[in-house]
Amino acid sequence: MSPQPEPAEVVAALDDLTVWFPTPAGVVRAVDGVSLQVRRGETLGLVGESGSGKSTTGLALLRLVDPTSGSVWVAGQEVTRWSRRRLRALRRRVAMVFQDPQASLDPRCTIGASIAEPLIVHRLTDGGAARRRRVEELLDLVGLRRDLADRHPHELSGGQRQRVGIARALAGEPDLIVLDEPIASLDLSVQAQIMNLLRGLQRELGLTYLFIAHDLAAVEHMSDRLAVMYLGRIVESGTPAQIWREPAHPYTAALLSAVPVADPRVERQRRRIILTGDIPSPVDPPDGCRFRTRCPQARPECAGTDPVLVEVDGEHRAACLFAGEAVRAMRAP
Amino acid sequence: MSAGGEGGGDGQLRRALSALRHDPLALTGSAVLALLVVVGVAGSWLAPSGVNDVDVDRMLESPSWSHPFGTDELGRDVLSRVMVAARVSLQVGLVSVGIALVVGVTLGLFAGYYRGWLDNVLMRCMDVLFAFPVLLLAVAIVAVLGPGLLTAMIAIGVVYTPIFARVTRAGVLSVREQVFVRAAVSIGASDLRIMRRHVLPNIAAPLIVQTSLSLAFAILSEAALSFLGLGVQPPAPAWGRMLYDGRGFVTDAWWLGVFPGAAIFLTVLAFNLVGDALRDVLDPRQLTVSEARRSTA
Repeated sequence: MSPQPEPAEVVAALDDLTVWFPTPAGVVRAVDGVSLQVRRGETLGLVGESGSGKSTTGLALLRLVDPTSGSVWVAGQEVTRWSRRRLRALRRRVAMVFQDPQASLDPRCTIGASIAEPLIVHRLTDGGAARRRRVEELLDLVGLRRDLADRHPHELSGGQRQRVGIARALAGEPDLIVLDEPIASLDLSVQAQIMNLLRGLQRELGLTYLFIAHDLAAVEHMSDRLAVMYLGRIVESGTPAQIWREPAHPYTAALLSAVPVADPRVERQRRRIILTGDIPSPVDPPDGCRFRTRCPQARPECAGTDPVLVEVDGEHRAACLFAGEAVRAMRAP
Repeated sequence: MSAGGEGGGDGQLRRALSALRHDPLALTGSAVLALLVVVGVAGSWLAPSGVNDVDVDRMLESPSWSHPFGTDELGRDVLSRVMVAARVSLQVGLVSVGIALVVGVTLGLFAGYYRGWLDNVLMRCMDVLFAFPVLLLAVAIVAVLGPGLLTAMIAIGVVYTPIFARVTRAGVLSVREQVFVRAAVSIGASDLRIMRRHVLPNIAAPLIVQTSLSLAFAILSEAALSFLGLGVQPPAPAWGRMLYDGRGFVTDAWWLGVFPGAAIFLTVLAFNLVGDALRDVLDPRQLTVSEARRSTA
């Protein structure tokens, strides 16, 4: 890892955040003690299966869900307890791209009106003509024809709609864009286009991303750092190279082994780690290590201690009592 | 706040209108309504004689070429009176439903959007209003405010407010959970902006339907109030009042009751036909409150 000349500015951060939802079945601990920092210009990949709390983490960063405890920091200010009214001005700094572009665009608004909304809300342009020009500029940026501004969402394809969602997120020139599974509901061929668009925009505009995905392979190439979530906790974090080469948490190793290799010979001989069972209910997570009920290397000690994130190698950290060792045991022939 | 019309002016409404063109019942209803509007606006000019032209030589004459709907007990031309009274019915219908729409939609929007105690307080108030029989409530309000055109409008407006509040709230509850509302919040849009720009346009369809159906019931209520002498005061003509005045002559002069009665019947039928057709094309699954009430009655 190349040494950084000076510590990068933290754009947004979560500190020991918990988000619990009361439900009839009990309290769902969607996020249960997550700390993370997003630095200017980087892409932080946040990976986990459905129910891991990754989307809730993203929503909490925008204060779109209320934290139960812990704190949320944006641009150096703690915003955990800011009122909805006070948050509105802050909304320009952190934007969000949603998973389902169809659902995230108002069917009654034209594309132009949707993209222009941040401009209107934050009074970023003077008058209709300037706004129109800015909308056209944004359409150009995301590779959409300008005449689409007068169309409605149902007249567009899924990929085009997601481009609109991205243009809307860009409109306020935010410090951070939270991408909540932005390609998960798109066709495979379109997924690559959107990924390329996101990467190009980041290069061109120096954007900062929190990229949420359920698929490690989807974000690995794009992320500067990765964080893997399981049942409301971050279980491993580090650079993609560190995690890819030497995963320290058995869950990460299992996720990685699910990624197919393009070479059929390697693919045939590859040892796959198959996890049994479903992710446990976040209403009643297992005591001790949360992963122990599905961990192929679970040992008696795992039931007694709830592991915290500990350093494996520099920025590479894992929440496993037997970090590294367990994975080596799993991979041994 | 033109709640019903705003935002409905896009593809959905255009599709709805073209569907209506191919529905013979809706076409008939629309034709009757068009006639009603023409008569309502220009009735006093189109009427063959003055509404209060008393002619003691021609009292209680049966329909003839000179008086197609006959004359009443004071020799006044019934056709002219039915025509001029159309304005009253239309006016009361539009203004009272307008009141109900504006007030009901506003209350429903806030209740559904903010939920919590505001929702509870507002909707329980609506429940109380809703629990009264329509006419009883209207009569009570008129009794307090004194009879007349304006109080009839207010009374009927109050009576129909809960329906709009409920229809609106039900729509808001589903729309506020949509991702695009969350997206608008994430952008920093204010609550008022979200309600106006994103919630309201997406619940326009059930509101348009409810408006057209409520117009029918409002006109019926106006007729009932003026039948009871609580609406427009004589000698100004009103359909309900004419029915009342004609009731003593049912056996001798059927035309006194039949023509204003037919006018009420046709108007209500026309609004219902159009309302039902609108619901079929705009809002197939929505069971409006008035219909729920009818089916449980």
